[in-house]
Amino acid sequence: MEDRVDQIIEQNGAKESALLAVLMDIQGEYNYLPRPALERVSKQLNVSMSRISYMATFFTAFSLTERGKHITTVCLGTACHVRGAPRLVEELERVLDIKAGETTADMQFSLETVNCVGACALGPLVIADGEYQGNMTSPKVSRLIQKMRKED
Amino acid sequence: MIEFTIDGKTVQAERGESLLKIANAQGFRIPHLCYHEVVQAYGACRLCLVEVTQTSHGRKRTKLTTSCNFPALEGIEVVTQSERIGRNRRMIIELLLARAPKAKRLQELAAEYGVGKVRFAESDAECILCGLCVQICRDVVGVDALGFTGRGVNKDARPPFGEPSKECIACGACVEACPVDCIKMEETHTMRTIVRWKRTLPMRVCEECGYSFAPTFQLMHFAKKTGMSLDDFRVCRDCR
Amino acid sequence: MQPIRSMKELEKTRESLRQGRDPDRKIVSVCTGTGCKAYKCDDLVENLRAEITKAGLDAEIETKATGCPGFCERGTLVTIYPEKIFYQRVRPEHAADIVGRTLLKGELIDELLYVDDETGKTIVHEDEIPFYKKQQQVLLGPNRSLDPTSLDDYLVLGGYGALRKVLEELKPDEVIDQITRSGLRGRGGGGFPTGVKWRTCREAPGDIRYVICNADEGDPGAFMDRCLLEANPHSILEGMIIGAYAIGASQGFVYVRNEYPIAAANVRLAVDKARASGLLGKDILGQGFSFDVEIIRGGGAFVCGESTALMASIEGYVGEPRAKHIHTVEQGLYDKPTNLNNVETWANVPLIINKGVDWFTSIGTGDVSENPWGGSKGTKIFSLVGKVKNTGLVEVPMGITLRKIIYDIGGGVLGGKKFKGVQTGGPSGGCLPEEFLDRPVDFDELTKAGSMMGSGGMIVLDEDTCMVDFARYFLNFLREESCGKCTSCREGLERMYQITDDICEGRAGPQLLPLLDELAEVVKDASLCALGQTAAYPVLSTLRYYRDEYEAHIFRHECPAKSCKAMIRFSVNENCNGCNLCLRNCPYEAITGEKKKGDTYEIHQDKCTQCRICFESCKFDGVSIDTGVMR
Repeated sequence: MEDRVDQIIEQNGAKESALLAVLMDIQGEYNYLPRPALERVSKQLNVSMSRISYMATFFTAFSLTERGKHITTVCLGTACHVRGAPRLVEELERVLDIKAGETTADMQFSLETVNCVGACALGPLVIADGEYQGNMTSPKVSRLIQKMRKED
Repeated sequence: MIEFTIDGKTVQAERGESLLKIANAQGFRIPHLCYHEVVQAYGACRLCLVEVTQTSHGRKRTKLTTSCNFPALEGIEVVTQSERIGRNRRMIIELLLARAPKAKRLQELAAEYGVGKVRFAESDAECILCGLCVQICRDVVGVDALGFTGRGVNKDARPPFGEPSKECIACGACVEACPVDCIKMEETHTMRTIVRWKRTLPMRVCEECGYSFAPTFQLMHFAKKTGMSLDDFRVCRDCR
Repeated sequence: MQPIRSMKELEKTRESLRQGRDPDRKIVSVCTGTGCKAYKCDDLVENLRAEITKAGLDAEIETKATGCPGFCERGTLVTIYPEKIFYQRVRPEHAADIVGRTLLKGELIDELLYVDDETGKTIVHEDEIPFYKKQQQVLLGPNRSLDPTSLDDYLVLGGYGALRKVLEELKPDEVIDQITRSGLRGRGGGGFPTGVKWRTCREAPGDIRYVICNADEGDPGAFMDRCLLEANPHSILEGMIIGAYAIGASQGFVYVRNEYPIAAANVRLAVDKARASGLLGKDILGQGFSFDVEIIRGGGAFVCGESTALMASIEGYVGEPRAKHIHTVEQGLYDKPTNLNNVETWANVPLIINKGVDWFTSIGTGDVSENPWGGSKGTKIFSLVGKVKNTGLVEVPMGITLRKIIYDIGGGVLGGKKFKGVQTGGPSGGCLPEEFLDRPVDFDELTKAGSMMGSGGMIVLDEDTCMVDFARYFLNFLREESCGKCTSCREGLERMYQITDDICEGRAGPQLLPLLDELAEVVKDASLCALGQTAAYPVLSTLRYYRDEYEAHIFRHECPAKSCKAMIRFSVNENCNGCNLCLRNCPYEAITGEKKKGDTYEIHQDKCTQCRICFESCKFDGVSIDTGVMR
């Protein structure tokens, strides 16, 4: 892991100001921010763990715990809210038996929310495995989970 | 040196100096929680509000602002008491008291500024997120063992990732600095604990008088910073 | 492409690119913006290309994957040039027909043609589509002809011609003068005169200056900047290079929020291509001016749209705002003079240079000849969303009325429901009811009514929208996004949220309304940055215009919109014919009944969670919602 982290630091110019980009790349690589990776960043960029801890918990892009294989994100932007997005969250919480922000025990699914991705005309919107699914309804969303489970 | 007024009184000061610092030195009473002379003004508690009137582009503009980080400028008119300031200040105190109801300092401020019943459900937080412990640890002591985590109401001041601190040298600066006294320190003969950060460290015992005088880690930090050796700290200050 | 090292070479390159394009060649333009991605537009493009290759027509027909022209409601949008045949709601499986019937035989596919709701007429040609016709798409228009990943396309359209004009004919002061006289004001919501900002930055003491493009568009429901950056990234770059030249900056940043991956990728590619072609970087076009751009991706924080937080973020810190007693134009990024402008503001710059100040001032309201704040000039892009028929992006001259946007262009309220209000300005703005529909939309008029134009988000609400829930929504958003530094914002918003939550959940006593007012005033007055200072507006405007809804919740446990779960009850009514659909769909097994026997169906309140599935499933209006009940 250290080598890969060093690589990421190099690719981002090996400078302190690139801390956010470095953390983003680590998140992209491992699907979360592993502590050893953060300790390496602290050492190589000479920034304190206090600062990294703040960065990692301030920005919603980061997760300090491992996330599931399938990330399901419900958009909670205003247009999506007005078209019933909160009910989609409820339905997903029921179907997956976890709360938003959590991951299923079998590490298969993580349920997250986001404050608007700019696809407002298609609300309510769910992003599953990186794919945008628009005009969602409660029945459609549980069918989507079923489909994802089947494909595994 | 520049000149400006506070509550009608003309004062002189260095350009750019903190209004709060000047006002307090001149005897004007402006309450504050997150301000401390040894660190940069943070402007978080919002208690030190004043009204400042400035003329720019030929127009007079008055704004409500924190005085801790507002720079002294030529010709400004500062007002430290008004209905607007009072109204805002009382709500700030009420909000803080609802957050940390047991904090003595907040109770005192409430009594002083006429905050009666708290109309919000009380939380059991103790920290008011003033940032002093963080700043002092990072910028004065230089250990950087504390930082903020999270955002909004979930924000907290703690060691990295909220785990028992590994970097803390138990110097007690944060204990001294905390305006609501929520960082407690406990000592036995040979050990000091900074309770809030779950950090217990051995104390160095003076080879002459036998009393403990400072955490070993703190002495190591001093030694490193000054280039001295740990051996120079065998004896406490009184015995030296 | 080899780096272009002179103006002559630029024009030669442009000319040769134009010559190389066959005017008779058919182009199938497919929108591949983020919105249409949900309709599998990428698959559609692949299928079209495959079909065209199969038919052996690669030389005659080009499939162009473009950015967003704005009619998101009807995605995926396809236009066939040169005839301008407009197809809407196109799906990947339509590719074969489009190639086989329309492209090869000139046959129109009825099911893909646009039918006007009002007249019932079918409209074939893109420029006659009412949604587009009523707009003035000076910024969005070119999106149709641009592949965002192609620098060539941008050059063919005349791109970087404004830069050439500036470097050849104008001194930096003259550029600032033109932008000032044009009356261009910040499109990010602040409305500050751009020319004045540029001049202040240029005159600030110091040798190093920075320019920044704020693409942290965080207002939920607004996606104008996403569209511009995705579809035409070079136009923003061109604007930034011109601005940097005028201000005297040699380094710029584009700060793109994390939730816009395509926009970030497209602008990154545009920067690489521009640099490789000598349009960016050292010695631009051989004119001795050097300027480069770095792309910074956000980490997921609305507060980073605030300029001091954005700059802290670029420096490698969290996005915590700081007091602006000294403005960022004088002390900004790394304490150097920094000029920050919004995406749409930058996009307007090449337009103004190319078409002239007089053209720009002829659009919009007011008079900016003496006072740059004296009018609102140019067009503004709005994201029209919510309970409106034609959701999408609308570009119109400033000064147009809300009614024109929502009804004329937007087609009115969805499903024939009653209009309740329109929210503009995002979390910093307010909600205006019907009596304001004839207000002109610009920087000043909406502010007078207690709202603001903001960055362009425009959300239409109908009779089913609960205004207290709506206020609660914004408070929830803001308290989550608050950086948490200052007491008034952090604690104030949390308490305001708790109060609106109590009201929606039927737990509120009458003393909470005045308390809500009191809190709102303090949050507005005492907060450190614009997030806190404007956070109270959604609440204040709903209290002002929809106070009766708050009172209904508090005094009568009534939610007039029949939305708040704590105050509504679902029941089966006499329309029920026993079709059994609701029973089957109910996820909580709260409905019992005997099939085909309409009067046996019952919704059991102890199991019902008010999820609305039965109400939405029923095709016979057999489910009623009552309010004024206490759960």
